[in-house]
Amino acid sequence: MSLPLNPVKAASRHGVALGDRLFVVGGKWLLLMLLVLAVLMPLLAIFWRGFSGDAGQGGGLAAARALFASENFHWLLGNSLAVALTVAAIVIPLAYLFAYALQRTLIPAKGLWRGISLLPLLAPSMLPAIALVYLFGNQGLLRGLLSDNIYGFWGIVLGEAIYTFPHALMILLSALSLADARLFDAASSMGAGPWRAFSSITWPATRQAVFAAFCLVFTLTITDFGVPVVVGGDYQVLALEAYKAVVGQQQFGRGALICLVLLVPALLSFAVDAWLRRRQGEAMSGRAQVFEPKPSRRRDACFLAIVLVVCAVLLLVIGMAVYSSLVTFWPYNLSLSLKHYLFEDTAGGGWLAYRNSVTMAIGTALIGSVVIFCGAYLMEKTQSQRLLNQSLRLLSFIPMAVPGLVLGLGYVFFFNLNGNPLHVLYGSMGLLVICTIAHYLTTAQMTATTALRQLDGEFEAAALSLKAPLYRHFLRVTVPICLPALLDIIRYLFVSAMTTVSAAIFLYSPDTILAAVAVLNMDDAGNVGGAAAMSTLILLTSASASLLLAAASRGLLRRSQAWRQRAAAA
Amino acid sequence: MFKHLALAAAVSAVFSLQASAAGTQLTVYTALEAEQLKTYKQAFEKANPDIEIKWVRDSTGIITAKLLAEKDRPQADAVWGLAASSLAVLDQHGMLEAYAPKDLGKISANYRDAANPPAWVGMDVWAATICFNTIEAEKQGLSKPVSWQDLTKPEYKGKIVMPNPASSGTGFLDVSAWLQTFGEPQGWAYMDALHQNIGQYVHSGSKPCKLAAAGEFPIGISFEYPAVQLKRQGAPLDIVLPKEGLGWEIEATAVIKGTPKADAAKRLADFSASPAAMALYKENFAVLAAPGIAKPQTELPADYEQRLIKNDFAWASKHRDEILAEWRKRYDGKSEKVAQQ
Repeated sequence: MSLPLNPVKAASRHGVALGDRLFVVGGKWLLLMLLVLAVLMPLLAIFWRGFSGDAGQGGGLAAARALFASENFHWLLGNSLAVALTVAAIVIPLAYLFAYALQRTLIPAKGLWRGISLLPLLAPSMLPAIALVYLFGNQGLLRGLLSDNIYGFWGIVLGEAIYTFPHALMILLSALSLADARLFDAASSMGAGPWRAFSSITWPATRQAVFAAFCLVFTLTITDFGVPVVVGGDYQVLALEAYKAVVGQQQFGRGALICLVLLVPALLSFAVDAWLRRRQGEAMSGRAQVFEPKPSRRRDACFLAIVLVVCAVLLLVIGMAVYSSLVTFWPYNLSLSLKHYLFEDTAGGGWLAYRNSVTMAIGTALIGSVVIFCGAYLMEKTQSQRLLNQSLRLLSFIPMAVPGLVLGLGYVFFFNLNGNPLHVLYGSMGLLVICTIAHYLTTAQMTATTALRQLDGEFEAAALSLKAPLYRHFLRVTVPICLPALLDIIRYLFVSAMTTVSAAIFLYSPDTILAAVAVLNMDDAGNVGGAAAMSTLILLTSASASLLLAAASRGLLRRSQAWRQRAAAA
Repeated sequence: MFKHLALAAAVSAVFSLQASAAGTQLTVYTALEAEQLKTYKQAFEKANPDIEIKWVRDSTGIITAKLLAEKDRPQADAVWGLAASSLAVLDQHGMLEAYAPKDLGKISANYRDAANPPAWVGMDVWAATICFNTIEAEKQGLSKPVSWQDLTKPEYKGKIVMPNPASSGTGFLDVSAWLQTFGEPQGWAYMDALHQNIGQYVHSGSKPCKLAAAGEFPIGISFEYPAVQLKRQGAPLDIVLPKEGLGWEIEATAVIKGTPKADAAKRLADFSASPAAMALYKENFAVLAAPGIAKPQTELPADYEQRLIKNDFAWASKHRDEILAEWRKRYDGKSEKVAQQ
């Protein structure tokens, strides 16, 4: 930002500087305020409750010492780590290969594979878990393939792998989407083979995204209790322990203490991310040419095989869940019917819940994407206010590590506090929207950051030297270039809002009950068919929204992304 | 970015406008089964046309956690249909307004809070039940158990599911009932033996019966409501009431202390204890808080109420933490089954 500027036009520069200061500094402070209110205060509220010495609350430091010293806790911690590392070891290589296949090879029907791979994002996490039980449980269709039933370690691993795969894929797709063809031309003219080109160009440019994806998968797995609750059997993990403490015994303190442990991975990844940032150069310069993969039969055949296997597994699981919503009475009356879709006697009046969910999802997607993308831009592309940037980054890392259940409880404690003027929001749709944005902030922000980091800082320098205000540059250059990533964020927030349960369960009021909460209630009441039916409805809605956004983005891409085509091709 | 807050404010304004348009709106927290809500609400609103019920329904654990979390500024006006043990916890936190409903005299002494006026008043009773899948039993050659002791037979190894007492009130009810019926050392010895046969401990009280109904595990230790409902839906279930006696729990109603709508909340408490309400409960439950109204359910034996054990709730709630700690030590942590995986 310390570029030599022409001193002659001082007056207009002053106007630009003022607008920019307002945009940069004002934006950051506003963001900080929102993050403090939506993330930090609720968490502080719950930790404060957790560590207070009152009987029936946390039990203070003595309880913490007793918990952390207990053998049971070490055993739970070991289990959680084993599950999270196994899931990451399976998901990250697969997601990388999958993303590579979609971005850097010439396999056919890419749009189809991409659509299928994102399916698990579109339904509540209970859906794959229900499907796994129907597939590999004691009565499962494919029970014969396994020596023991699915319940336990491998059940959790499989369920979490399906649940986290699209999350990792989103980050890696974004990282592999941009590449400078000139580097590959240079490599091949210097005689480097494809492996050499990969290890010296592609890998260095994407390893930070791999690390980010690893952190995301690890923390999503370690904080999720939805999958272990359904297919975990007797295999216990920490997140489940927090759930049991809060829901089973109303021991908020114990729950808060365990959550404190679950925050550690996110804080560690924050430290490593900051370290990697200093090492990583910027990959995409303003003079970059878009990389187009060259034809290669063998490479494409291998990648197509991988993609087909992954898609087959995902389709099997989702298909099984949809099928189970149509079965009259599993497993003794397999005739098909639509009776589960009537939602006549279900909690919260099924269709009201569905309409509420759609409203909330639209609100979350529109408001969230604007806030998050602007925020990511300000953090990435401005070097001033270092401390502010660091605090913003840290705050936006935290939600990933906080189990939704705990975030929701924190919202109750904070927004329902005596004397809090924000209490007017309590029980309203607005608070659900805020909570959902906060809950899914990290992934969305990571996607935005990954896309933004690939843009060379010289774009900003160019804007400055043209004396264009930064905000105008942001709207005219950055937003159009990052449009695909921005649409990804909108879609991600929409579908997450459609499927979220854990944080919302404490925050809905009779008027604002949500579809995913209805799923949980129906499953709880023994109406598994109804739960599967509502999940399928959510899946269809999210899928339609995704297709609409895809169509919109194709139209927009044609207009604003012409630069992605090689000049020679025109 | 101001949109963020502006929209939130606008939306909440809309909701509060809606709220003031109707008569008195009573926010009622409940863990009643979803299918009961509509009839109960209609009956109450018919008797009290100026009051409208707004339900917040969730499982017992979530609703209790929610009520406790909102302790500083309660959102609920009343609770209609929550386990008495949960209401006792709320009472310990001083969250309940003691109130004697008009028909309190008609309620059995053991189905209401002992204090006068009572903090909570019972509605109906649910009790422990074994759900036994007849189709799977035949396939796997299992004999039908008739007692709790039968469940420790080696033939049931890995075939039984029960709720984890640390996450489910029904699970705790089972454990506390065994300790009370068999005596403490024998109760733990019984659970040691039972543990050998448990396929898994789950986290909800109705789930074992659902799993049994779907044949996922042939035997589920649950309670009678889901058993009856699933049987009516056509599940191949036998409902077994073990001969040693059944642990049980009361579903009850209470008024939240400090609610600005105390009058309406008390009218709800009046209604909940009235014969008209008991007539609703009897469709779903075989044992009611007011004697002489219940009708036997076809799926349950006529002497059902006599099979309930003498349940000492005060003892159970006093020792809850110790019992759970002992249970975890024995069966949670490094149990054999887990170590193998």
